[in-house]
Amino acid sequence: MAEIKLRDVHKSFGKVEVIKGVNIEIKDGEFVVIVGPSGCGKSTLLRMIAGLEDITQGTLEIDGVCMNDRQPKDRGIAMVFQTYAIFPHMTVRENVAFGLTINKIDKATRDLKVDEAARILQMENLLDRRPSELSGGQRQRVAIGRAIVRNPKVFLFDEPLSNLDASLRMDMRMEIGKLHQSLNASMIYVTHDQVEAMTLADKIVVLNDGKVMQSGSPMELYKEPANMFVASFLGAPSMNFINVEVHDINEENVTVYNPTLSPIKVPHKGRDISKKSQAILGLRPQYLRLVEPSDGILNGKVILTERLGAETIVEILLKDGKRVIAAISEDQILSNGKEIGLQFNPKQVHLFSSEDSKFLSENRK
Amino acid sequence: MSMPNNPDNYGLRLVTRYVVLTVIAIIFAFPLVFMIMSSLKPDQQLLADTSSLKAFLPVGDISFQNYENAFSRVPVGLFVFNSMLVTSVTVVLSLFVCSLSGFSFAYLKWRGRDLLFSIILATFIIPFETIAIPMLLITSKLPWIGLDGFSIGWLNTYRVQIVPFIADGLTIFLFVQYFKDLPVELIEAARVEGTTWWQIYRLIVIPLSGPVLATAAILKFLVMYNQYLWPMIVVQQEEYRPVMVGLQYFFQTFTKGGIAWGEIMAYLSMITVPVLAFYLYIQRAFIASVAATGVKG
Repeated sequence: MAEIKLRDVHKSFGKVEVIKGVNIEIKDGEFVVIVGPSGCGKSTLLRMIAGLEDITQGTLEIDGVCMNDRQPKDRGIAMVFQTYAIFPHMTVRENVAFGLTINKIDKATRDLKVDEAARILQMENLLDRRPSELSGGQRQRVAIGRAIVRNPKVFLFDEPLSNLDASLRMDMRMEIGKLHQSLNASMIYVTHDQVEAMTLADKIVVLNDGKVMQSGSPMELYKEPANMFVASFLGAPSMNFINVEVHDINEENVTVYNPTLSPIKVPHKGRDISKKSQAILGLRPQYLRLVEPSDGILNGKVILTERLGAETIVEILLKDGKRVIAAISEDQILSNGKEIGLQFNPKQVHLFSSEDSKFLSENRK
Repeated sequence: MSMPNNPDNYGLRLVTRYVVLTVIAIIFAFPLVFMIMSSLKPDQQLLADTSSLKAFLPVGDISFQNYENAFSRVPVGLFVFNSMLVTSVTVVLSLFVCSLSGFSFAYLKWRGRDLLFSIILATFIIPFETIAIPMLLITSKLPWIGLDGFSIGWLNTYRVQIVPFIADGLTIFLFVQYFKDLPVELIEAARVEGTTWWQIYRLIVIPLSGPVLATAAILKFLVMYNQYLWPMIVVQQEEYRPVMVGLQYFFQTFTKGGIAWGEIMAYLSMITVPVLAFYLYIQRAFIASVAATGVKG
């Protein structure tokens, strides 16, 4: 088990800088999920930790030892790849035992460890098969098994579930969660899927354009996003943003409004804010309630309804032409064009600066 | 392939396909069958049979007399042995050397790699005839330490027929392209597991390279077995003569007594069999390796 520290880590490919000064600390046994859109540098960062990419600048420490110039095999890591990367010409047993065979571990120990891994991953009956005879989920188990037997200090997962279909992905996600509980090892997991991030992580690191946008526990990030990027990236459907003007300020509250929004008071915390300044109001779709038009803080008409069974996603066109999305926690049938009002608790909204899209008001828990 | 909608239609298409394939197979097999059948017949019958289908059938006065005669004219067995030795040693060494250099070009990072690879690609456009004489001059002065001590000059040896052909641009290029198409995650996974580059080559890359090994082996085998110009230049002694030069030598024995077609067919049959056998063997190995290493998406 291990602590990992990334200090001011940079990575450039030629003149293109893809990682721009990343600082992350991972505690012993912590499950950290690095999440971000495609091309944000998250896989590159993981490969740098693995030793598959050089670190251009900055340091990587595992258990207090600088690992910058160490070979992948000397870092005490094991990695699970998106494409599984199991060797097609070897049986499952040979695949799982590969690292042990290479490191000349005796056969008895090897068999013991492989059997143990197979038991944990429930694949005892697959050991003599070849990868071409396995399904996607089974192959991913083999890849995880290969990681387990080496008893690494750190497990690295590079989008391990992206190639699986939806139901299998959920099963494997739960399996990985259980695996973390039983092994209690430090794990770093890269994904673009925010559901995986929210469900698996002790700590989420949101990465965008090679920089850390915010890191913290899943609920911290969900409830107190540091900026509009984090706010919109976490949570599905994405957060709604509405431009507003600051009308009034006192110690407790900030009053904001716009032509389609009746003035509302949101809690005032954080940075300085001045009267008449522009701001952006963030509304989570789940916190919006449908009401009669006369009772709505926001009014508009329904343009699209998606019925998901337990939940209904409603897209509403506001009077100023902006669209907002509401997620209603029951099945509702709404005809297109219907006039509708939206209510929400002002304490559950987020306020961002319209200059640098950073967080302006703190959410009350 | 999608499932057939109409079984009758499917059956008809299947029959048509097999008829076409059979016709093509017969067209390709005819010359071979003609050669082998003719080699078993005396010249008079051989010439008479060419006007009918009998040319392709083992009928009439069938014997191995032509083979006996061919052997008495020239040492065919020795020629075939020489060619097989030179060819097989070159193929084995070539697969090893070219796959190693292909591995280095495909996976390792080193200064000047891309430049050197471009130079190797550029050697494609140089015809062998233009470098044959310089190669003769070089190999005639090369030193050698063998069991019989130190010597200068490689002419009239096996090694002069083998060493210059071990590495070649096309084979290296084939390996580089194939290796670049292998999933890079397999190499990275192996590196994370703690393998050396040599272990990656031996345990991961080569076992997955059946198709390219077979392709490179067939191409090299054909080039080497058909060598004519180079051994003509560098080998004057019968002891080291390969089959194609031997063929020319064999023809020369007919100048006085007229041409014995049956014996020529016997000689040709004997030198064709090793190629066919190798080709069939590699074809099986090729199919087996594709089946064993097939990576499903």
